[in-house]
Amino acid sequence: MSLEYTSAEMMSVTAARALKNGMTCFVGIGLPSEAANLARLTHAPEVVLIYESGTLQTKPDVLPLSIGDGELCETALTTVSVPEMFRYWLQGGKVSVGFLGTAQIDRFANLNTTLIGDYREPKVRLPGGGGAPEIATNAGEVFITLKHSKRAFVKDVDFITTLGFGRDGKGRDGVPNIGKGPTRVITDLCVMKPDPETKELVVVSLHPNVTREDVIEATGWEIRFAESLETTPEPSAHELEILRELKARTERKHAGE
Amino acid sequence: MAEFLSLHDAVARYVEDGATVAMEGFTHLIPFAAGHEVIRQRKRDLTLIRMTPDLVYDQMIGAGCARKVIFSWGGNPGVGSLHRLRDAVEKGWPHKVEILEHSHAAMACAFEAGAAGLPLAVLRGYVGSELPSVNDQIKFIECPFTDERLAAVPSVRPDVSIVHAQKADRAGNVLVEGIVGVQKEAVLAAKQSIVTVEEIVEDLRTEPDYHPNACIIPGWAISAVAVAKKGSLPSYAHGYYPRNNAFYKEWDAIARDRDTFTRWIEENVMNAGGNA
Repeated sequence: MSLEYTSAEMMSVTAARALKNGMTCFVGIGLPSEAANLARLTHAPEVVLIYESGTLQTKPDVLPLSIGDGELCETALTTVSVPEMFRYWLQGGKVSVGFLGTAQIDRFANLNTTLIGDYREPKVRLPGGGGAPEIATNAGEVFITLKHSKRAFVKDVDFITTLGFGRDGKGRDGVPNIGKGPTRVITDLCVMKPDPETKELVVVSLHPNVTREDVIEATGWEIRFAESLETTPEPSAHELEILRELKARTERKHAGE
Repeated sequence: MAEFLSLHDAVARYVEDGATVAMEGFTHLIPFAAGHEVIRQRKRDLTLIRMTPDLVYDQMIGAGCARKVIFSWGGNPGVGSLHRLRDAVEKGWPHKVEILEHSHAAMACAFEAGAAGLPLAVLRGYVGSELPSVNDQIKFIECPFTDERLAAVPSVRPDVSIVHAQKADRAGNVLVEGIVGVQKEAVLAAKQSIVTVEEIVEDLRTEPDYHPNACIIPGWAISAVAVAKKGSLPSYAHGYYPRNNAFYKEWDAIARDRDTFTRWIEENVMNAGGNA
């Protein structure tokens, strides 16, 4: 018998499953934080989570609203300064996975969190780079999670805030001391991975009850599908229970403050 | 040796119109009380530096204090946009504000380089990013030893830095605890510095939780210390009070509209005496 779950829950659980014990993950706020903590509370209790506010090996009981909530510091092994975080821990090569969200992503997994439109005359001004530009190049690899829509998945991003594989897919070629870059993109419809040759994103797995047409509809370029297209495994009852508890706890905490 | 001043006098003395000001605190210990004092004293044409402008700069920008903002992430964390920052950049209200944007790594390095007295910071950064095309303060240099191409940004060296901390003692030594951000770097990088604190204690070294590796900024490295109780609300002070997450959410509606914002500033900052 199939469980009842939402597409958002499907996305979080799938993103969480990408993390394993033994990984050290530099966590972005929002969906990545939800997925990373779900992983820690289910199959990957030993995964090391670090946030750019300097909190190393943190185990928050509720999801932080900001990247520097007190919860992150109080439950961390230790808290270092922000320069130390970026220089020693990230640039120094101690982070295996960067887990990022984004406003816009293109076919070469470049991320835009700067603006929609022209830089001098923006249609929509977004918050900017934050930690992402260096997380994406200094972490061993990058996981990206966001909701699938035509507005978010565009052929070419308006602005490359954060490198995926560049405008031509060759942005990392010949660059020394650079991470592998995006290795998977997890949405509420599917999982994508970059083509090993061209680096263009390819759908490798469709979530249950999602069709190719659904993904084509929600993607702003002619999306390709892997030859051996898989079906993403459903969330388990345990994962759903832990995720729902985490979100309810978080909501209670933030409403009460 | 730090001088003990009222917040009013510290801001009046050290924050001049046209100055370059860094008010730090990475989501924690954000110096809101000091920001409000700057607004009350109607300081103008400031170049405001902060990794995350947050609500404090949104308020100062909307109140007309800023000429230029240097930052690396300009949102309301977990909520959305900083509407006053956007209105100033996109529509020029209350006047046009110039922006210069970096990444967190570059700004953190730039603060550290400022503290170290260097003219520039070097990092393995901005690879493949288009930020260098819109920020002429981002350059690339070649490592003289390995030929690796590295990013370089000018160090941050503010005229004045303002930070908030938990405690100072009678000698003006300051203890910063919890998420320490770039506060120590900001103070050491600046020509002058103001530290606001929750409370003054006799001697930090005899405090029950003192330990030899505590993050202490010595009084002789600070220009002025001022007491500002709850001085970082609606952000938080580790060990004193939590972040007012509900206010961060409410701010979205307050800041979205110019009139509502102006009324809020009048009621909560301009007419709030020295305690807002």
